[in-house]
Order: sequence, then C-alpha cells, then structure tokens
Amino acid sequence: MPTRPEPAAGAATVLDVADLRVHFELRGSFLGRLLGRDAGSVQAVDGVTLSLRHGEVLGLVGESGSGKTTLGRALLGLVRPTAGSVCYRGTDLAGLRQAQLRPLRQRIQMVFQDPGAALNPAMDIETAVGHPLRIHGLVRDRDELRDRVHDALRRVGLVPVERFASKYPAELSGGQQQRAVLARAIILGPELLVADEPVSMLDMSVRAKILELMLDLRRDLDLSCVYITHDLATAKFFCDRVAIMYLGRIVEIGPTERIFADPAHPYTRALLAAVPEPDPTRTLTRQLPRGEVPDGVDPPGGCSFHPRCPHAFAPCGWEGRDVRALLEQRWTALDEADYAAEQALFADLAELDVRGSRLRIRPAASRSAESIRALLEQVRVGDPDEPLWRGVRQVSVADGACVVDFVEGVDPNLGPVDEGAVACHLYDPAYR
Amino acid sequence: MVWAPIRSSRGLPRWLLGAGCTITLLFVVLAVFAPLIAPYDFDTFSADGQRFAQQAPPSAEHWFGTTVQALDVFSRVVFGARTALEVVVLSVAVSLLVGVPLGLVSGYFGRWLDRLLVLITDTVFSFPPLLLAIVLSFLLSGLLGGGVAPAALAITVVYVPQYFRVVRNTTFSAKEASYVEAARAIGAGPLTVITRYLFSNVVQSVPVIATLNAADAILTLAGLGFLGYGIQPTEAAEWGYDIQRAIADAGAGIWWTGLFPGLAIVLLVTGLTLVGEGLNETLNPTLRRRRLLPVTLPTRDTDAGGSR
Ligand SMILES: Nc1ncnc2c1ncn2[C@@H]1O[C@H](COP(=O)(O)OP(=O)(O)O)[C@@H](O)[C@H]1O
Ligand code: SF4
Ligand SMILES: [Mg+2]
Repeated sequence: MPTRPEPAAGAATVLDVADLRVHFELRGSFLGRLLGRDAGSVQAVDGVTLSLRHGEVLGLVGESGSGKTTLGRALLGLVRPTAGSVCYRGTDLAGLRQAQLRPLRQRIQMVFQDPGAALNPAMDIETAVGHPLRIHGLVRDRDELRDRVHDALRRVGLVPVERFASKYPAELSGGQQQRAVLARAIILGPELLVADEPVSMLDMSVRAKILELMLDLRRDLDLSCVYITHDLATAKFFCDRVAIMYLGRIVEIGPTERIFADPAHPYTRALLAAVPEPDPTRTLTRQLPRGEVPDGVDPPGGCSFHPRCPHAFAPCGWEGRDVRALLEQRWTALDEADYAAEQALFADLAELDVRGSRLRIRPAASRSAESIRALLEQVRVGDPDEPLWRGVRQVSVADGACVVDFVEGVDPNLGPVDEGAVACHLYDPAYR
Repeated sequence: MVWAPIRSSRGLPRWLLGAGCTITLLFVVLAVFAPLIAPYDFDTFSADGQRFAQQAPPSAEHWFGTTVQALDVFSRVVFGARTALEVVVLSVAVSLLVGVPLGLVSGYFGRWLDRLLVLITDTVFSFPPLLLAIVLSFLLSGLLGGGVAPAALAITVVYVPQYFRVVRNTTFSAKEASYVEAARAIGAGPLTVITRYLFSNVVQSVPVIATLNAADAILTLAGLGFLGYGIQPTEAAEWGYDIQRAIADAGAGIWWTGLFPGLAIVLLVTGLTLVGEGLNETLNPTLRRRRLLPVTLPTRDTDAGGSR
C-alpha cells in the first residue's frame, strides 16, 4: 500500500461548509397537493458543518441513505441547499445562480458512483473528455484540444491513447470508464475533487488500481478531495480525515488514525466492529445492532441513532415510537394466542407514534389502562437492561389512559473530543 | 448508433423492413422521376392538338384509361405520388422541427413552461385529426393559396403533439441520468446539455413515429382531398381528389378512374407502415431480442490501460 502524502500543516482552507441543509420536498398525493397539505420532506442533509484544507482528503462515510451523495452534490452546487453555506475559497456557492457557478466548475469537479452512467452513451471518449475544455473555451484549436485530451487519457492510464480515444463508453470496462471519468474531471485542472463512491460499482480486481490512480492524481495534481464511501476500508486507505454520517448529519469527525484506533461515537464503533480487516478490496458485511436505518422523512427524536444505539441512555430522545417498536419486537417472539391477547389491550397502536416526552396510551373499549401499565411493567422486568427504560421517568395511569413520561430528549451537538469532534451525549460533560 | 441494430436484425422485423422499404422506394422513384415516367402532365387532356377520349378504358395509349375530364389516369397517379411525398416530407420535417425542440425544452426545464406546453398539446391532441386538418387547411389556404404548403402545414399541426409527447417524456426521464448531472458538473449550460447530451439519446424513438406518421399523413391528405379541402385540382394531382371524382364513374361501370389512385394510397400507406413497424421491432429495446453474440474470453484480467 503506498503511503499517503501528508497535507501541509496550516494549509489554507479550500472549502468551508456551515450548517448546510438540503431537504427534498415530497410530492405527496395529487389531492394532498390540491388541498395544500404538506407531504413533508426528506432531510437528506440536516445541518452539516465541515472544512477542508488544501491538499487534504476528507472521507464521508455512512450507510446508504445517510445523505453522502446529496452532500457531495451540494458541494458542487448541483443541488440547491435549503439553508446554510458552502464556501469555496470565500465564495458562497449556495447563493449563486447556475450561470454564476459555471466558471467555478473549473475548480471543483466530481467523480460519480456509476461510471457507465456518468458518460454520455452517444459521445466517444475523446469528445467526452475534451468537452469541459470546449465548454469553457480553453483551447484555441482542434490540435490543442486533442493534445490535452491525450495527455489526460495518458495521465489516467488509458494507453495506448489512440485505442481508447475513439471508443464509446459501452465498449469500455467499468474500470476504464471510471478512468475516462477521472480524465474528464482533471482536464480542467481542478483544485477540489468530490469522488462519490468511485470504486463501489467496480470489480474487486480493479478497485485497488483505481484508488491508487486517485492517490497518484492527488499527489501529482495537488488535489484536495472529498471521498464519499460506505466502505470504511477504502476510507482508511485513502483519507486523512474521516467524517461519519448518519441520517444527514455528521456524528463523528476526526483524523483517520484516531477514528480507526479509538472510535468515539457508538455508531462508528458499530461500523468498525463490522469490518474485520482493513483491506480495500473487501466489501464489508455490516451487522449493526438493532434494526434498519430509520426514515429520513421523520427521523427519531433526540439523537437520531438512539433506536439502534446500545449505549443510549436517559437524554437520548426516547419517545412513543420506541415503545411501539419494543412491543412489536416482543410480539414476534410470542405465540399466536398471547400476541392476540396483548394486542387487544390497545385502542389503536398507531397512537403510539407520537413525538414528545409524554405518551398517552388509550386502552381498547373493554380493557383497562391498568392492564397496559401492567404489561409495560412486565416487559421492563423481562429485560431491565433495555436502554429504553433509562429514558422512562414514570409509567402511570391517568384519565383512563396509561401515561408514559419520558426524560426530555436532547439532540446531541457535535462537540470536541481529543482529536476531532463527536455528536453523542456520552461525551457531553453535562451528562457525566 | 441507429444502424447497428437494423443491420443485425433478423426474421420478421427484417422482412417487414425489407418489404416496406421496397414499396416506399418505388413511390419515391415515381415521385422524383414523375415527368420522365408519366407520358403526360397531370392536367394534360390533349396531345398533338387532339383531345383524349373521355372515360376511355385502359389501352396501350392510356395504360390506366382516362377520366371524365379526358385526363390520363396513369399520369395522374404518378404525379399524385409526387404530391403525396412532397406533403409528407414537408409535414414530417416541420413537425419534427417544432415538436422535438419543444419536447426537449419542456422535458428539461419542467415547471410552468412544461405544464403550459403539455396543456396546449393535449388540447390539440384531443381534437379529431381530420377535423383539425380540415379547419386548418381551410384557414391556411385562404392565406397561402391551394397548393402543397397549406395542406402540409395543416397536417403538421396534427402531428406536432405526438413528437412533443414522446420527446418530452423521454427527456423527462433521461435528464435524471448521471451523465446529465455530469454535464452540468463540467459546466455545460442548458443549451449544451440539451443539444449535446440529451438530444442524441432522446431522438432514438423518433424515426419510428416519423414513418408511422408519414403513413397517417398520406391518409389525412387523401381525406382532405376527398372532402374538397385539400390541394386544388389546378395546383397538383392528388389521389384523394381523384377518388372523389371517380365516385360518379363507379355506378356506370367505369372502374379504372377510382381503382388506380385507391391502390396507390393503399400501397404507399402499407409500405410506410411496414417500415415503421419494422423499425419499431428492431429499435425498441423492450421488443428487441438480441441475437447472442459469440463471446471471446480475455486471456487475463487487464484493466489498467488494458486490452480486453
Ligand atoms: N432528488 C431527490 N429527491 C428526493 N429525495 C432524495 C433525492 N436525492 C436523495 N434523496 C433522499 O435523500 C436521502 C439521502 O440520499 P443520498 O444522498 O443519495 O444518500 P447516500 O448517498 O448516502 O446513499 C435518501 O433518503 C434519499 O431517498
Ligand atoms: S447520544 Fe450517544 S449514547 Fe445517546 S443514542 Fe446517540 S449515540 Fe447513543
Ligand atoms: Mg450515494
């Protein structure tokens, strides 16, 4: 494995992202729109702050759906942020119109996840790679254009150039397509490269080669990079710093060595526990504790990782939905009759899906609130270590309903740790 | 990109294409060389100072006979091919020129422009085509006279919504492709994205519609002529008009004045439809079953600057 070049200490800041939010409006049903009902929005990126120094490679790591691609697109101004700023060397891209962004395209470039889809199927490689030069009017004539395209193709290892220049994307392998995409990205001489999972769709055998090529390009062309991946192994191989993303937020950020040697956030620890060997040619099978990534439309309250977090405690944002999830998990283990009996206690289980620190559970017509309280007590005794109970203040019966009072949930801020920062109450002195 | 699947097509689609192209080509030859092929002009009723016989049956002199106006039926059929092809080429070209760019712009930009254009074209689309063509032909002939141009333009308006719809819908899905985002990322403006990235990938479906519309246009033109709203008989020979004139003959046992123009219409429409269906079978990926190509295995996996 080649060693990574170190970014110069104290190098200038290239990119400064502050409290960036990208929310996608859901279209909802036709009737809903007609009545002006809000279908809600996906909070793809929900308050991201980070900065990138010249020459640095920053990794954005997270499971699928955590908002990495959207963040990457926002860094290039390809998607309009809902709020916040993306400053490239002092210019806020978020405030610019598309036409004003175009000159900046020479400085910031992107590499896409699916190289086959990132190339126009009807354009040969020479035209495709040279098109940025023509668009920005950077070449005087055809000869100069051809020379520069051939230089770029040689630079990314598509040699002999003559053989690849006239090919169409469909005639190349995935690795060769990604080399062509890289050639197109570097031909303008950018300073910043955003690479969105550049090797995840490639064969194992070519992944390492493409990553090595990217390391070479980074060193030779003095690039700063944002490297997006769901694969921690390649991040360790390629990045100086790593930001771990979960549901549109950065939950931990720090130098690669520290993150891998001493992960702070429970989510990072879970991700790392699922990676046996840091080997860039491996895919990881992630076995994270407790369930799936929740919905970005209506993320869990408090710390959005709390439903899956093994260390979650009182302030992590417990709410009605968690009680429902707990009951439903219990019911999967019960036999049919017991399940039917317990479920019949509730007037409407959907009532449990509420936000806030007080949950009122109404009993079904002929049942009592007390029987629900008793059921919850039984669940608690059955598994007293379940983190949910740390956030339950009391379970009582009032006005004919069972009332669960939770500790008020608090959204953890990204706070400093030894090296880097982490968003978790475990590191907040206020809770220790 | 379009020719490769046609060359490699086999079986029924190839047969359809072959037959359709042969018939269509025959009419193109008739149209282009009409003055050389037809013995007389379309409005000639005498030769060497002698008037032709009226309603004469087919003979060595007049292969397809003559009409009540003493016109040579064969010459009129041949010149009718020229009129038909002029109208078809003009109307298809103009509806392409209007429909394709509108569809691209509407599909790419979306928003209110898209909604407006969809509304307009859907309205046009909901009229019966022949009725619309009649109204427009009537209005346009007032402006442009009774020649080929107003008939062609009237037919154009009928077909623009079809091109618009297809191109707009394909653009709408194609613009989500990564390569369009990639084009924006390298700094391409909307015009560049549309002309260099979307156009070539979106027009693939157009040849099929164009040929099918051409067949339809022949019928619409004949319908206009038959109803008397088409090309004026003094301007050019037109099959629909000839058939209308032949109705009275049919009762009197004079079959040749109606049969030959009718046959010409049926043949050309069939030819164009065969081409359209053949193209559809070969170009449309959902219908296309590619023949298996022999696979050559690489000797070893070489990616870097690799030979594969
Ligand atoms: N154009 C879009 N419209 C609506 N929702 C989107 C759009 N792009 C992404 N999303 C949603 O935003 C979330 C984050 O997506 P993405 O940024 O692609 O995540 P990742 O790259 O980490 O897999 C997902 O829930 C996804 O469905
Ligand atoms: S704040 Fe920390 S401990 Fe609490 S749920 Fe989130 S990650 Fe777990
Ligand atoms: Mg992604």
